[in-house]
Amino acid sequence: MDLLYKIFLDPFVQMGAAPDLLLQTLWEGLVGGVLYALIALGFVLIFKASGVFNFAQGIMVVFAGLTLVGLFGVISGLGNVNEHVAAFAALGLTVGVMFVLAVGIERLVLRPLVNQPDIILFMATFGLTYVLIGVGELIFGGEPKVMITGELFLPRGSTDWEVFGGFVSFQHIDLAAAIIASLMVAGLAVFFSKTRIGRALRAVADSHKAALSVGISLEQIWVIVWFASGLVALVTGIMWAARSDVSFALQIIALRALPVLILGGFTSIPGAIVGGLIIGVGEKLGEFYWGPLLGGGIESWLAYFIALVFLLFRPQGLFGEKIIERV
Amino acid sequence: MFYREAGQYKTSYVADQAVFPIRQDRYGIAIILLVAFVAIPFLGSTFLLQAVMIPFLIYSLAAIGLNLLTGYTGLLSLGTGAFMGVGAYACYKLTSVFPEVNILVWIIASGFVAAAIGILFGLPSLRIKGFYLAIATLAAQFFLQWCFVRIPWLVNYNVSNAIEVPQRQLGEIILTGPNSTPLTRYMVVLVIVVVMTWLASNIVHGRIGRMWMAVRDQDIAAELMGIRLLPTKLLAFAVSSFYCGVAGAMLVFLWYGGAEADTFNINQSFFVLFMIIIGGLGSLLGAYFGAALIFGLPILLRYVPAELGLPLHSATVEHLSFLVVGVLIIFFLIVEPHGLARLWQIAKQKLRVWPFPY
Repeated sequence: MDLLYKIFLDPFVQMGAAPDLLLQTLWEGLVGGVLYALIALGFVLIFKASGVFNFAQGIMVVFAGLTLVGLFGVISGLGNVNEHVAAFAALGLTVGVMFVLAVGIERLVLRPLVNQPDIILFMATFGLTYVLIGVGELIFGGEPKVMITGELFLPRGSTDWEVFGGFVSFQHIDLAAAIIASLMVAGLAVFFSKTRIGRALRAVADSHKAALSVGISLEQIWVIVWFASGLVALVTGIMWAARSDVSFALQIIALRALPVLILGGFTSIPGAIVGGLIIGVGEKLGEFYWGPLLGGGIESWLAYFIALVFLLFRPQGLFGEKIIERV
Repeated sequence: MFYREAGQYKTSYVADQAVFPIRQDRYGIAIILLVAFVAIPFLGSTFLLQAVMIPFLIYSLAAIGLNLLTGYTGLLSLGTGAFMGVGAYACYKLTSVFPEVNILVWIIASGFVAAAIGILFGLPSLRIKGFYLAIATLAAQFFLQWCFVRIPWLVNYNVSNAIEVPQRQLGEIILTGPNSTPLTRYMVVLVIVVVMTWLASNIVHGRIGRMWMAVRDQDIAAELMGIRLLPTKLLAFAVSSFYCGVAGAMLVFLWYGGAEADTFNINQSFFVLFMIIIGGLGSLLGAYFGAALIFGLPILLRYVPAELGLPLHSATVEHLSFLVVGVLIIFFLIVEPHGLARLWQIAKQKLRVWPFPY
């Protein structure tokens, strides 16, 4: 009885007693959710266009972040360079690196493995993960690095908003992350629906064979989607690293974005975003209000749990198509 | 020339359906067993036994377990590490509550605990499959690992929050604990692994294995033929978790000698998954090949540069081994997506008709 009371009543009483705290938790959940959504977006882009479950998305985030910081270090080491100029030069070069990476992956990994079963391609992205970890550590070393936020004109500090007799604090970087993420998603949406390449991408997503038969080059499309998800990874890397550091630990955190895919469906971009927000908020609320009951640390599996419960009621995901292969 | 079945007549169905119908295969397996049971214990160094053979056999068993689930039944699982952990923690708990019962009994019994947990986390497989299921099994991985950290009862309220393997004996022979010799532990592991491989071989060649493969190849067709999906899939999860649980218990009790929750992290799951995919999905032999390659490579990478006198920093070697393993995974997938077991098959086929092409 006491336990039931603690599970079903206590947390809500707490929420009512301190609404400012609830708002703060919700906000942090949303911010975390934006980052989950970004990682999930990278997965969805690739899965839609090539049917590859890209396990390497997490390490691509880390790799992009490391490359950016590393290149900035090199450029500003050249001598008399304005730090902002150096930062944006590094950003441009990193975009170039992500493009080269996309081309390389298409040439060396995807093309020889065309028409193989899904699990083989999935496995190949595992290999890719290892390669990127190895290369990243060899070049940049294993220790965490500080992201160049100030140099990229990303805001620091926080604003307090007085409400309900308390206050809610907004980190500026989180606001910036939310804005940039929405801009990027809007950009991708326009790209997908309005441009010629976008239409080709959607055609490939619907059917590889039909797309081939109308003269769409699969190789080109794959380079484009891998490049696009590389860019998403770069943005995610900057935003995530701005809150902590760039380190290989991020790669494990990225695994927590996977339940978002169950929730949103593997092929739905809106699903990735809404799912990301739901998982982010659910995780923070659960950890804050129900976590102490179980001894804390439940963040590590709560997202999966939410996704599994959700599956019971809606197996095709939030926006998933019914035809998705589910038993 | 040497590998040809000309002149070997089969006069009964039993002979025709044998696991090794060709005489050379039977000799081969006998020689391998002879080497494993006689030559290695007598000639192998402590290093070979402790650092190579014991973990290789244990990982092979885990890989067989995952292969039953992923290779034979077609259910992708990323929770292997956690199921191994369940076995290890169950074994520890059982042997500390009932210390008078022989540890070997508990190593096997812990497999049943893992099987029960496996069934529980196999339930989502009834509604989803493919990568969706893989992510759902990650829930098992993270939840169970959290349990290992947060429930001190599992480790008898140790201060270190880790499993400390107690000393257990069979008669006069010390089986586990710091005083046991690598030789005894190797023999124990070997016997368990050989027996369980033999059992697995019988399972997959029998009715259950055929049911699993039918579900893997086309679940709707399998259902139409009267195979009930629910019990079949859950049985696969149970048997697979049983194997993983036993492997996990052996990993801690007969190799590490102690373990904390992090031993059974997600990388352990991936490690075993690599083995079965590189080795060959749906092949017991592949599990051994995969374990040998994935487990042996890092060891080779660690010792070969040192032997050649290359002055490499240990951290650099670590990073390089990541790189090399990654490249090799991609390379093997491109060369032979069906794994080393398939290469072996091709080689045997070539040998049968040698020196002619076909």
